[in-house]
Amino acid sequence: MLTRFGPPAAILLLSGPILAGLAGTILPAVGYLPALGGETFSLDPLRQLAAAPGIGGSALLSLRAGLASAALSLCVVMLFVAAWAGTSAFSRIQHLISPLLSVPHAAAAFGFAFLIAPSGLVARLASPELTGWQRPPDLLIVNDPMGLSLIAGLVVKEIPFLLLVTLAALPQVPLDRTRQLAASLGYGRIAGFLYCLWPLVYRQIRLPVFAVIAFASSVVDVAVILGPSTPPTLAVRLIGWMNDPELSMRFLASAGALLQLAVTAAAILIWLALERFGAAVLRGFCMQGRRLRHDAVLRWLALGMMLASALAVFAGLAGLALWSVAGLWQFPETLPRSISLKTWVATAPRVVEPLATTLAAGLLSTAVALALTLLCLMREDETGARGRRAAALIYLPLIVPQAAFLFGLHLLFLLGGFGASLWALVFVHLVFVMPYVFLSLSDPWRAFDRRFEAIAAGLGKSRLETLWRVRLPMLARPVLTACAVGFAVSVGLYLPTVLIGAGRLTTITTEAVALASGGNRRVIGVYAFLQMLLPLAGFAVATLVPALLFRRFRAMRV
Amino acid sequence: MDHQGLRLDGVRIALGTRALIAISHAVAPGEVLTIMGPSGSGKSTLLAYVGGFLDKAFTACGRVLADDLDLTALPPQERHVGILFQDPLLFPHMSVAGNLLFAIPQSLKGRAAREALAEEALAGVDLAGMGARDPDTLSGGQKARVALARVLVSSPRALLLDEPFSKLDADLRLQMRQLVFSKARDSGLPVILVTHDEADAEAAGGPILRIGG
Repeated sequence: MLTRFGPPAAILLLSGPILAGLAGTILPAVGYLPALGGETFSLDPLRQLAAAPGIGGSALLSLRAGLASAALSLCVVMLFVAAWAGTSAFSRIQHLISPLLSVPHAAAAFGFAFLIAPSGLVARLASPELTGWQRPPDLLIVNDPMGLSLIAGLVVKEIPFLLLVTLAALPQVPLDRTRQLAASLGYGRIAGFLYCLWPLVYRQIRLPVFAVIAFASSVVDVAVILGPSTPPTLAVRLIGWMNDPELSMRFLASAGALLQLAVTAAAILIWLALERFGAAVLRGFCMQGRRLRHDAVLRWLALGMMLASALAVFAGLAGLALWSVAGLWQFPETLPRSISLKTWVATAPRVVEPLATTLAAGLLSTAVALALTLLCLMREDETGARGRRAAALIYLPLIVPQAAFLFGLHLLFLLGGFGASLWALVFVHLVFVMPYVFLSLSDPWRAFDRRFEAIAAGLGKSRLETLWRVRLPMLARPVLTACAVGFAVSVGLYLPTVLIGAGRLTTITTEAVALASGGNRRVIGVYAFLQMLLPLAGFAVATLVPALLFRRFRAMRV
Repeated sequence: MDHQGLRLDGVRIALGTRALIAISHAVAPGEVLTIMGPSGSGKSTLLAYVGGFLDKAFTACGRVLADDLDLTALPPQERHVGILFQDPLLFPHMSVAGNLLFAIPQSLKGRAAREALAEEALAGVDLAGMGARDPDTLSGGQKARVALARVLVSSPRALLLDEPFSKLDADLRLQMRQLVFSKARDSGLPVILVTHDEADAEAAGGPILRIGG
């Protein structure tokens, strides 16, 4: 049976490139890369790295960005869920936030930058009436040396992700009964939830939280757009070294990638300590029986922060769209004086090729990821075993910092002669798309009532026919949603695309980020808007197709 | 073809070391064998074994024969053993007629003939003209009757009933019982009924086997 090959193929796909890539990173980092003349092991690359100016600052910046953005976004989500889960406001916010998950990081970061910059929308709304500014103030808000705007930009983008994984864990805890019980014992809403339910919820979202830390401590595109430039974060500097025409810089880049691995590992280790501390505080409060009955301020604060983060992304995206069609737009005018499609028309010819690459890589990697996911899930049905260990493996590509293994993988591709081909790009995208497709489809797949299959078998239908005519159509919505998620992930991928594409294969995302330093807001607006539009189109298809296909059938509606 | 019905030949099912069921019995065409037992006694696992979708957690041995054909040697889809659960489980993405057309064997060719059979089967359960309906818009009793018509048009060798009446209210339960048993008798189907309702067993009128408890 074909399904037998599903799980091994998935395991190979998820761990193979990472292990091979790590090896390909570590060997040059210790001087071994015969293709570039490194025939013996040496500590030179590491020494060179230690001597790089400001390397400690860069590493600390990455560490801080990873920990701070994870801690802040988790706090907001935790307080919001504790205060509001189970209310109608909660479900409304949930619907407001969910679409934000599909917005690529770079687009959200550009939008955020356009919002908070000295000449951005916020300053325009407040000027000149409140601030008296007639021209943009000379403030370094975006790219501030502390990395605060970087952290803020990451927080607004990670909140939707953490909220969604928390929502997926919530149905498995007895929310209503526990709330009633805690309230009857005199506990405030937030305290009751945190004491009784949060430990259960957190246990299930731990891996996604690690993924957030790993991502935020090693992100490149967001750091290029919002992060400091003197010195930039570690990951940004790595890319600079990697793209250096001087090939011997590869040794330094590999040593840096190794440091990135250490920084991310350190961030996660510190997080583990923070976890213990947080748990101890919570337990202490709980044992003392602190009721925290008057938590109204905190509750509204949590709601406010949640709304503000969503609003920041939405306003930023609106700003992007506006810039892409803006004519003359001087400070401090709130709106452009004229609207024109001039930028779009001028940019269109340059967009075609990256757009085609984006679509090809996205659709192909999603299709393969879906096929593999289906094989794995069908195999799970056959054997009745749900690999717990395999579940951790799914998160591997999300927890190992991208730079740490992509460098090595890129090198291996070059040595193998597969550099910069569409297939290499699809393969690398697949490593990141597969986990999301699997995570998105596995719950609805497992929740399917297997008796439908028993009935179909009793009616004489083969397994394949049952799959095609019963299970897949009935699961059309989650299957297509999983595809939309996978496609959105592929569209948003920056580092894998830049490294494997090596400048010859560009996507909308790599083009957009490349424009960041240029500062032409209109052109950036066009690219970032397209970047946001593509995933949105995917989700629109995932919603409309089943709705049209099954419009006659009431039980098939959401 | 000589009709011997369904024979359970030394069927034993166990969960780990705990033996659940040991049974040898012949069910004649048109006859209903009722298996009674409390929940958790494993009575439904017998149906899963006959149908070919027993969970891997159980170990089972013994043969199930339909007219000298060893069903246990066949994959589920070639056993042609129809099953009714307590829920009607109509395919929600197909119309009522679509559910029936899906069930009619491929050997019946021609769209008109297939549609005629579907319509005839619907009429046979008092649902004439309902083919175009969305199954979700039917009442509980109507859904149960479509499920019965669906399993009958698939020309099964035997019929398995897994507490099929337990979710219907009293009136409907009475009607459905009569309808199911009379249809099975008319079609000469051997039936295995699993239930914990004495009234089901009584109405079935066949031999009763009690397990567990």
